[in-house]
Amino acid sequence: MLSPHSMGVIKIKTRQDKKIIFLFLLPALLMMTIFLFYPIIRSIYKTFFIAVHNINPRYVGLRNYLKLIKDPVITISIKNTFIFMGAVIVFEVGLGILLALFVDMIKYGKQFFKTVYFFPIVMSAASLGLLFRLLYNYNSGLLNSILEYFGYEPVLWLDAGKALLMVMIPTIWQYVGFYFVIILTALTKIPDHLYEVAYLEGASPFQRIIKITLPLIFQDIRVCLILAITGVLKVFDMVWMITQGGPFDSSQVLGTYMYSTVFERRLFGYGSTIAILIIVLGIVVTAITNKILGHRGVTIN
Amino acid sequence: MTTNISSKTGLLTRIQNYFEDLKPGKFFIYMVLIAWACTTILPLVWVTNNSFRTTSQIVNEPFGTPDSLNLENYQRARDRINVLNSYKNSLIMSGTTVILVLLFGGMAGYVLSRFDFRFKETINMLLVVGFMVPAFVTVVPVYEILIKLDLVNTYLALILPHTAGNLVFATLMLSAYMSSLSSELEEAALLDGATRWQIFTRIFVPLSRPAFATVGIFTFLWSYNDLFLSLVYVSHKKVQPVTVLLSQVSTMYGTDLGLQATAVVVTVIPVLIVYIILQNQIIKGLTQGAVKG
Repeated sequence: MLSPHSMGVIKIKTRQDKKIIFLFLLPALLMMTIFLFYPIIRSIYKTFFIAVHNINPRYVGLRNYLKLIKDPVITISIKNTFIFMGAVIVFEVGLGILLALFVDMIKYGKQFFKTVYFFPIVMSAASLGLLFRLLYNYNSGLLNSILEYFGYEPVLWLDAGKALLMVMIPTIWQYVGFYFVIILTALTKIPDHLYEVAYLEGASPFQRIIKITLPLIFQDIRVCLILAITGVLKVFDMVWMITQGGPFDSSQVLGTYMYSTVFERRLFGYGSTIAILIIVLGIVVTAITNKILGHRGVTIN
Repeated sequence: MTTNISSKTGLLTRIQNYFEDLKPGKFFIYMVLIAWACTTILPLVWVTNNSFRTTSQIVNEPFGTPDSLNLENYQRARDRINVLNSYKNSLIMSGTTVILVLLFGGMAGYVLSRFDFRFKETINMLLVVGFMVPAFVTVVPVYEILIKLDLVNTYLALILPHTAGNLVFATLMLSAYMSSLSSELEEAALLDGATRWQIFTRIFVPLSRPAFATVGIFTFLWSYNDLFLSLVYVSHKKVQPVTVLLSQVSTMYGTDLGLQATAVVVTVIPVLIVYIILQNQIIKGLTQGAVKG
């Protein structure tokens, strides 16, 4: 994508070009160095210190990492993160693919469905989180109102047993439309002559989808899966709005635990260690996903 | 995009005829699609309906409709939680972030697409690394820097980290787009004695407008919707953006259902209107932004 010689661009040099290169790159590089690259190094450095309230940091070697291994909340957060990943694979990407296949088959209302499915992505997780809190509200939330309308007892939706599920649902619901659009775009690129043969040979719609469509859009599905899985590690806003990780850490994910460790319990060194864990987990999970998915699939040519 | 439209029409009708023969199947497909559409539309209808009712009305008759156009909740949203001030803050911070990202990203992208120099590969590598860094890793050190510069709870406290966070993707995207532009105009301009800055602003910026639009939309929505960094850097009432206000409404006015519903509506509706007007650009911007970046 960044090939310097693409399209045979001729590079014309003038004497002042060195100065130009420097001056044009300077603002961007300065911003990224101060707010991106230096903080990475600094975060790694901070993991070797205990720094309550970020004052008088004390060097403790690898003790923060040992604490990480023994911390039961970390175990819950990692477990929740993996459950979350499983759920986004099946429901977020899965539903996105299903809805895209369906919309690709219909004649009327394509644009309508595209508009309606995509709009939650444009909204902030803060607004949608508040919206779902209202839906889950015990006294008169939409869910309990429906239950009571049909004569059932109201349910406490955000208890320790259901809290994780109740934060996963809106997160998945918000992003289904995103993967739907990516897959739908891929589907419209499949040339029709490929379907024509199958049609003439009397293949059922189901066979056509399994044998022709899915292999052709495999690369797009792969991109969706990697985006969805790594996206789970970045989840914070929605969980923070709905449960703040509670009750009793039952819906804690790594992002919310890192935030409350640093900005509520004021443990800056340990919080940085959790942040490093998030990066490491991201690299490992991406590598595993790539390994499993490989480069299977066929191209149109 | 190489959509093969011409060969599509003939066959599509045939496939569709095929499905029309399978009426129950088609009915099922529409049912599934409409069901999912309901999950995105109905919560908004419900919350909008409640925003015109008092909390006691909401509790007593959950599915009732407002008896009059009761704007009490909206007045309280304006007076008590000062929604308009948060809107102003959000627009100033996200707007400035977009301008800075487009300017700095455009300049860096131009140099990376048009010149060969010693550290180019290193810079490209750094960009790829920078792209993968989640905000959780940078938040604490950046917070330290902002405290040292005495910037916490000022607009710059959010603008600077948001700009840096989006510059990586912006630079990659813009330099890729500019690499694909032909160099004829540029050569002519150089022969006419134009400076590099003139070539950048008069030739590259106008020609790269689609890429700038994509990056701009992506950056704006990302910045406008961010809660995590905003909570840390700009949580004070005076400077808090809409997202921080919402997180406080849910804890401070937890029992005031009417006000909470109104807070959702007043923050969702303007975005919804902009989305309906610009939906094709927005959908393209967000999906391309994530996939290519």
